[in-house]
Amino acid sequence: MSEANPRYNLMELMVCVAARQLEDGKTAVIGTGMPLAAAMLAQKTTAPNLIVMFEAGSIAPTLIKLPVSVADSYTHTGAIMHSSMDEIMESCQRGLVDYTFLGGAQIDMYGNINTSMIGTDFQHPKVRLPGSGGANDLASLCWKTLVITPHDQRRFVRRLDFLTTPGYLTGPGAREAAGLPAGGGPYKVITTLALIGFHPQSKRMQAESLHPGVSRQDVVDNTDFKMLFADPLPVTPEPTEAELRILREEVDPQGFIIGKQA
Amino acid sequence: MLESGESIVPQGELFSSPDVEAARAFFAQKSRALIDKRMTVREAVSRFVHDGAYFASGGFGGVRISTAVLHEIVRQRKTRLGLSGHTATHDFQILVAGKCIDRCDIAYVVGLERRGLSPNARRYLESGAVRMTEWSNATLGWRYKAAAMGLPFLPARSVLGTDVFRYSAAKEMTCPFTGQKLLAIPALFPDVGVIHVHRADQYGNSQVDGIDIADHDMARACKRLIVTTERIVSTEEIRANPSRTSIPYWLVDAVCEVRYGSYPGNMPYEYYSDEDHLAEWLEVEKDEAGLQAFLDKYIFGTRDFQEYLELKGGETRMGELGEMEPLKR
Repeated sequence: MSEANPRYNLMELMVCVAARQLEDGKTAVIGTGMPLAAAMLAQKTTAPNLIVMFEAGSIAPTLIKLPVSVADSYTHTGAIMHSSMDEIMESCQRGLVDYTFLGGAQIDMYGNINTSMIGTDFQHPKVRLPGSGGANDLASLCWKTLVITPHDQRRFVRRLDFLTTPGYLTGPGAREAAGLPAGGGPYKVITTLALIGFHPQSKRMQAESLHPGVSRQDVVDNTDFKMLFADPLPVTPEPTEAELRILREEVDPQGFIIGKQA
Repeated sequence: MLESGESIVPQGELFSSPDVEAARAFFAQKSRALIDKRMTVREAVSRFVHDGAYFASGGFGGVRISTAVLHEIVRQRKTRLGLSGHTATHDFQILVAGKCIDRCDIAYVVGLERRGLSPNARRYLESGAVRMTEWSNATLGWRYKAAAMGLPFLPARSVLGTDVFRYSAAKEMTCPFTGQKLLAIPALFPDVGVIHVHRADQYGNSQVDGIDIADHDMARACKRLIVTTERIVSTEEIRANPSRTSIPYWLVDAVCEVRYGSYPGNMPYEYYSDEDHLAEWLEVEKDEAGLQAFLDKYIFGTRDFQEYLELKGGETRMGELGEMEPLKR
């Protein structure tokens, strides 16, 4: 497990892998940071008709630069509609939104996410984190949830301190039993080590491909729960020259995302 | 954390009543008079933001916020405020720096999106100084919508099955038509709110350019509403483009003209956020004494928002931020 290839860094690899998961012509509510970099790259490569929406209200903007906020002026540019948070969230609730794409602090084997707190006493947290924002709603109401996050034992935990955003909750059928819309749930998790999906029956995380230079043992060592592995288990295709050029020159020329350490 | 098969009993505190009869009684006596409501930010805060009130902040944390009113709340040392925190970022940071709030409905606080976490907001919440109830952006927005509709609650389909539900003041309900399990979220009628707009007339008729976020419903949910505006315009100008009006005058209690009023936040079509100054906030917050000196300089040491803007470079800096704004007309 290393910076395996001098041609690209781990952030670039993750964004490229993430971009390939988004199908053309679909709708997506996207958060800032890596998820948006992936969506912009997808629009410039394999998914030119991907419809990007922001939870604060902008619909299908022409993205010219990565925004700092999901509400700022760079989400507004060239949009077909400046709407509102309820318009976006209600579209999700009606079943019109295919993807949401999130980051995360802690994640468990069912793809549940914690972005609220570290500790055991809710009113006196050891570390207070922001909370759901729109993430709980988006992961509850969109058809497929994608997550992009660094891969280590601190993040890939057996037990979350707080379940902010629903994955498959406690397993198959649990979302529906809780009252969440049927048929939704986590779809892919893109990490610094692997592309991960979910086992169709058990709804548990299952690595689908390992990034170049990564071994099964690397994944096991960096995951606090028992990771499943697909068979066969291919190597994640490397970023192409074209993907890297577009990512570096058009999506994130300032290096806000791809210039960071994973 | 959720146990398999567990039925969650929500235990969050409900900070405000969803009683629609009480809300109707309040709105029944609210003035509809077509009168000049222009006043200074100092007067608006002094008249309408009372210690212990439940407060709502429009915009989206660092975009189209009313920094002038938030600073003035700190400057007047308002205390024991409740806050509705649907993506409250720089607004939350200001109110917490002034130790103004003691309870919060939380969807997103402490963080400033891609900029990172506020060290002081973290310290304050971790100290137990704020009673917290959890929500999400959609459900907190829909709480305004229920209030705007004059209904005590709305059903929704998110949040169920999670710890957000456990620490919320929502309830589970059964749809009377389909038998579907639903989340019931109570109406939120804030005592007072503030929204920063692009233009308003002297009576409070207000227009916003760009995304609305949750302000349409928030304006209707608030019992008292302060509008701060980049520009006061004539009523004729409002009437010339009425499809842009999102807030009619009878919802509004005070109109304050504050050019650059969202600074250091972004104001779409006017100026971009001052990322250097927002980074400075995060830096000084690392140290309590440093933060106090910073507040003394920028808030307690200034008479009003204009003096703060002058300290931050005045028209020259505002012009630069205008140049950085991609939607600048």
